[in-house]
Amino acid sequence: MIKRSWFHSLMLRMSSPAKKVIFIFLLTLAAAIISMPKQIPLNLQLGKYKIEKLVRPDINLQIGKLTIKRNFDLKLGLDLAGGSHLVFETDTSKLPADKKKDALNSVRNVIEKRVNLFGVSEPIVQTSSFGGKDRIIVELPGIKDTKSATDLIGRVAELNFAELKEALPSAIVVPTDLSGADLQTARVSFDNKTGKPSVSLQFTKEGGDKFAKITEKNIGQPLAIILDGQPVSAPIVQEKITGGQAQITGNFTVEEAQNLVIQLNAGALPVPVKLVEERTVGATLGGESIARSIIAGAVGLIMVLSFMVLAYGKLGLIADLGLIIFSLLTLALYIIIPVTLTLPGIAGFFLTVGMAVDSNILIFERFKEERRRRPIPDALEVSFGRAWDSIRDANIATIITGLILWNPLDFSFLNSSGPVRGFAITLILGILISLFTGVVVSRNLLRLLVKEKK
Amino acid sequence: MINWMKYRLVYFALSAIVIGVGVFSLFKWGLVLGVDFTGGTLLEYHVAKNISAEELSKAVIKEGITVTSIQKTADLVYLFRTPAIDVTQKDSLKKAVEKVTGGTAIELRFENVGPSIGPELVKKTIFALLIAAAAILLWVAYQFKSFKFGVSAVLAMFHDSLVLLGLFSLFGHLWGAEIDFLFVTAMLTILSFSVHDTIVVYDRIRESHHKIGGEVKDLANKAVTETMVRSFNNSMTIVFMLLALVLLGGTTTKWFAVALLVGTISGTYSSPFVAVPILVIWDEIEKKLKRR
Repeated sequence: MIKRSWFHSLMLRMSSPAKKVIFIFLLTLAAAIISMPKQIPLNLQLGKYKIEKLVRPDINLQIGKLTIKRNFDLKLGLDLAGGSHLVFETDTSKLPADKKKDALNSVRNVIEKRVNLFGVSEPIVQTSSFGGKDRIIVELPGIKDTKSATDLIGRVAELNFAELKEALPSAIVVPTDLSGADLQTARVSFDNKTGKPSVSLQFTKEGGDKFAKITEKNIGQPLAIILDGQPVSAPIVQEKITGGQAQITGNFTVEEAQNLVIQLNAGALPVPVKLVEERTVGATLGGESIARSIIAGAVGLIMVLSFMVLAYGKLGLIADLGLIIFSLLTLALYIIIPVTLTLPGIAGFFLTVGMAVDSNILIFERFKEERRRRPIPDALEVSFGRAWDSIRDANIATIITGLILWNPLDFSFLNSSGPVRGFAITLILGILISLFTGVVVSRNLLRLLVKEKK
Repeated sequence: MINWMKYRLVYFALSAIVIGVGVFSLFKWGLVLGVDFTGGTLLEYHVAKNISAEELSKAVIKEGITVTSIQKTADLVYLFRTPAIDVTQKDSLKKAVEKVTGGTAIELRFENVGPSIGPELVKKTIFALLIAAAAILLWVAYQFKSFKFGVSAVLAMFHDSLVLLGLFSLFGHLWGAEIDFLFVTAMLTILSFSVHDTIVVYDRIRESHHKIGGEVKDLANKAVTETMVRSFNNSMTIVFMLLALVLLGGTTTKWFAVALLVGTISGTYSSPFVAVPILVIWDEIEKKLKRR
């Protein structure tokens, strides 16, 4: 009557339970080492030897030219490590429909360049389009000065040079063909006379020629430097400048000058953007959340472990062992993949800890029935076989929902926000691992136990 | 064997009461929508000394900033809710807080959500709910080779969603529980919880049907009896983990954990007491129609 699934045949092909238990033990040991904190202070006296601390061995291999370096730290999301989540909306209303996608990608590239030049480690810059709105999502871990960052990303930074023709009552601005596109590099410099921060420009060869022509034509006249439609300065041209170099001496702070340099080097945004959403979490709040989560997790885990022993006695102990192995394997996989852990992700992990014993409970309840009908080892095998159908069908339903929340193919009509994803990924991972620990691990542990009794 | 299905009207009545209270609350008080839906600003500060919310509010309003609410979330920690503010307003708010508390204020959290995000979130949520419901309906119908299994499972799923939505309207009215994107996530997760238990009971019905056959009602009674302990026990382990998270975990995920908790309990209840009775009633009506 038992339908042999692919899973069963796979399990049958593997060798004796004892060997499998050893394999599981080694796997757990590896997982435990990976998910260990960087070092645990110990003050153990073992005969002559004193062990002061346990240090986690991170991978740092050098094979010929190939270097494998991997440290086993958990990757923490913005809500735990602190940082900013910014959403900008692009104004593509003036563009024809076929140009919108290109413009959005180019905005993304420029923003990515700016963020990288700003020196944020591991930033994320993504585009998201939904309902005719095009957005750029920027995640900046560990950033403190969000005002400076949003200014840096959000400004178009279109640089133009214009002639000023005196005409009463006011001056007329005549734009030239020289713009930010003719720049080779920009850098921060300090004005020789005043010592104030300024921005030095180096034009491309073509730009330098244009600049030479413009300055030649305007000796004794002001030349306006215009940033995003606002004049920054309008120095009087003294002579023809041929070297392709210019300097903007606006009223900058050092920080503003640095930001402008980054913007000019990364290029102007092809369309204006507007900040529509900002979420910033300070590192203090994140640290507190981690501490509270660890306590909550430990208390919850202890309650589940005790409950299983109270409800199922010795069988419960096996399930508990399976649950501890589950927790270690899950943490190790978070580190290896790596999964960026967020607060909702932690909630997902908690949930799967609660759900992980479900397959054990299903099997044990079944075992209680079957034991009345056949000898214990047979009853065990039958229970595992029969319970598997329920376990599989039920968990596939959860995985379906998990996939919709995760949205791995980035369907634009579904959610793609970081926290929801964090939750979905830990949920799916948890279910997959719990299938392994709930079925394979506890089954073999039980087989070994039953064998010894005989 | 206990004749569970005999008391099905009692189960429906119990569900009707809980859902009734929730729906009443929904109409009377509605939902407390968070900034994710309404747009606006959340600002959390750690300040130098404890002070009454009124004093803080007065100081901030003096700067010309509208304050929706000020809430003390922990010792020396205050959460401000305002309509969406810009950087200059944020600076002056911080200065006002520092002045009135006599020390530096450390910004713990700042969330500023524009008005365009909310409607989008609603649309995406509806899409996700529909896709999840359809996928689960098809999966269950395929696995159990019967449409009525799928439909009753999905009806139980909507039962749980309604229970959650209604209760959160009540919690919002009583304790200010907010509807945010995490609530939406909880709602979707609950769909899978609900169907998880339902599938376990269905599976027993299917197995007995192959082995001994007979009336769906008897098979259902047998299946519910056989799975009752496991449903309860499994629910307990999840409840333990979530309770720990509600009571000891971080403030950001507190209501999220509460939502999952409500869903776990409702999902466990709805499998034997909503999905299976609907299946049995459907079967009975089908037979009556055939007889005619």
